[in-house]
Amino acid sequence: MLEFLAKLFWRDRDRRGSKEVAKERLRLVLVHDRTSTTPQLLEALKEELIKVIREYIEIDEESLEVSFNNIENSVALVANIQVLRVKKDLA
Amino acid sequence: MKGKVIVITSGKGGVGKTTTTANLGTALTMLGRKAVMVDTDIGLRNLDVVMGLENRIVFDIVDVVTGGIKLKQALIKDKRFEGLYLLPAAQTKEKSAVSPHQMKNICNDLKKEFDFVLVDCPAGIEQGFKNAIAGADEAVIIAIPEVSSVRDADRIVGLLEAAGLRKNQLIINRIRPRMVKRGDMMDIEDMIDILSVELLGVVPEDETVIVSTNKGEPAVIDTMSRAGEAYRRIARRLNGEEVPVITLGNEDKIFNRVRRMFKLASR
Repeated sequence: MLEFLAKLFWRDRDRRGSKEVAKERLRLVLVHDRTSTTPQLLEALKEELIKVIREYIEIDEESLEVSFNNIENSVALVANIQVLRVKKDLA
Repeated sequence: MKGKVIVITSGKGGVGKTTTTANLGTALTMLGRKAVMVDTDIGLRNLDVVMGLENRIVFDIVDVVTGGIKLKQALIKDKRFEGLYLLPAAQTKEKSAVSPHQMKNICNDLKKEFDFVLVDCPAGIEQGFKNAIAGADEAVIIAIPEVSSVRDADRIVGLLEAAGLRKNQLIINRIRPRMVKRGDMMDIEDMIDILSVELLGVVPEDETVIVSTNKGEPAVIDTMSRAGEAYRRIARRLNGEEVPVITLGNEDKIFNRVRRMFKLASR
């Protein structure tokens, strides 16, 4: 009985909103489809970005995130970069 | 007469293009309009067998473009429904037997005689797709609430827009209210949100479609069929009437309203 209840509860929690997973996965894959880009392109772009930014600002390269986001009907390139320090000699 | 050419397409196979073409064609003639269904799936024709007209084919679309057969000779009149005709695809030829230009000519000729020219598009985005959309004025995209179908539908919308088609409407097919209710199937709003296209209608998953297709009859003639009812409503919309979209069976209307209220409150 307990097992049954646990199963029921677990199943409910486990399965709530498999559609949410579907939507999330679709959003990501469609951004790449729509812009005809591959994850490799983003990776290359990210590396170039780091190279350029590094000349002016000290950033946390590990936490740098670059992704495409859907904003209404258009696609935005979003970069989330944590700044550690602005280089003094340039300021 | 100056009719409309509507291509029915989906990218992915097996989501209901042919069934939709058959049902909308039939339902439109039940509304008193003249409709012709064009099967462009050369090599894999099926609209004839779905409509129960497979034994009446003499000539096909390839005979019209290459064999000197007149368009009128190749049209099969459906004796059950006043004003309904079928232009069958060829079964033994290649997709390349027809060019987009030839297809456009056929569509232009047909819309002089018919209110609605419904073009049943093959799966895929190659030659067959390019042919099917060549003469279209607008498009109906069929998608089922599954990731593969939605992804393909999105690709199709992009290709239709690139081809200059501006009016692209979506039919969500085979939706299962129970699965939607428990959060295991994308809902109408989810799909509209992702695909950002105009909604033409929603068709529920319904066994009666298989039963009627077994018999070579479209589901719209079965008054007990829920899918048939949905298709009849879509046909009225295509015919210019304003018909509200039924969202997931009337029985849980109140439930949905309450849920929406809670959703709003929790925002």
